[in-house]
Amino acid sequence: MHASGPDSLLIIVPAFNEQGAVGTVVRSVRACLPGISVLVIDDCSGDNTISAARQAGAEILPLPHHLGLGGCVQAGYKLAYELGFEYVIRVDGDGQHDARDIPRIFETLRTTGCEMVIGSRYLNGKDQHTGFVRGLGIRFFRLVLRPILGRPVHDPTSGFVGVNRRALGVFSRSFPLEYPEIEALVVLQRRRFRFEEVPCSVRARLAGRSSITAMKSLYYIFHVLLGVFVNVLKFDGRLHRGAGHSETGG
Amino acid sequence: MDRLLNVTTAFSVLMLGIVLFSVRRAHIRVEYSASWLGAAVAMLLLSRTPPLLDALRNLLGLPDSPLALFMAGSSVFLIMFFRFSVIISHLRDDNVALAQRVALLEYHLRSLQDHES
Repeated sequence: MHASGPDSLLIIVPAFNEQGAVGTVVRSVRACLPGISVLVIDDCSGDNTISAARQAGAEILPLPHHLGLGGCVQAGYKLAYELGFEYVIRVDGDGQHDARDIPRIFETLRTTGCEMVIGSRYLNGKDQHTGFVRGLGIRFFRLVLRPILGRPVHDPTSGFVGVNRRALGVFSRSFPLEYPEIEALVVLQRRRFRFEEVPCSVRARLAGRSSITAMKSLYYIFHVLLGVFVNVLKFDGRLHRGAGHSETGG
Repeated sequence: MDRLLNVTTAFSVLMLGIVLFSVRRAHIRVEYSASWLGAAVAMLLLSRTPPLLDALRNLLGLPDSPLALFMAGSSVFLIMFFRFSVIISHLRDDNVALAQRVALLEYHLRSLQDHES
């Protein structure tokens, strides 16, 4: 696996115990984008995720122990950055994202020059796979993020995200460890980076269950809200001190 | 009051013993045992030196000494818990970075081996 050309693209698939879905995800990506490398980052799964992904033709980055979603995704970003890739698109390993939406995200990344493109479930109306509590949480974060980002974001919790090399450089050094999507958006915005949203479809999970239960949703809201405000304060403080371009660990 | 002070003394001595035993057995590193030893010694001094406890009570403006002892103990342990939270946070960040680096190095090593073979 290596980066080639100014439009080199890597698809990363963070996976934890996704043996029932990850093979299908990899095959569908490879069918839609022949010749594009697919990297499955295995977060120390206890099942056959690695062999399922390898049989489907993916490169594997096995983590030595379980890091959680943020640490898992950041490992993929770090490898992509070291290998010189210009663009990285993250696809979840549970099969909810439709690989046919990847070219639209990639095209938007290339043509607009923005640092991040979010595959949004809500640009074309309501997503029927979102539960009630989670839907409330998403609406809440839309309201919270609107003044911080200075523009509306329809799907701040989407894991279907593409980034260019500038964002990749930032995320390689600093990336939230838990529930990273919303905080990552704030981290980019505070650096004056731009994001776009493109409509994408979401399906039911191919296998397994979501790790975010109704109870965890409440913790999620508290945790992410705290992370958002910490990031806002951290970056605003740095701007006031006149060191807005320095980087920090996450 | 005397019974409370005696119980605090016994608790402090017990804590000193456990911490020193743990350090000797290498269950706890010396740098992390210092906080516990300091807390145990502080509680021992307060419980065995009534003038010191009275001075603390006056300083805090509290009506009685047991409350001053309770507040001193609580404050010491809260500060220690906070300190350990800071240490754990640093260790977690380091641990994640290290695990990622190991994974990346293994990946590069495998690529080199595949390239050579």
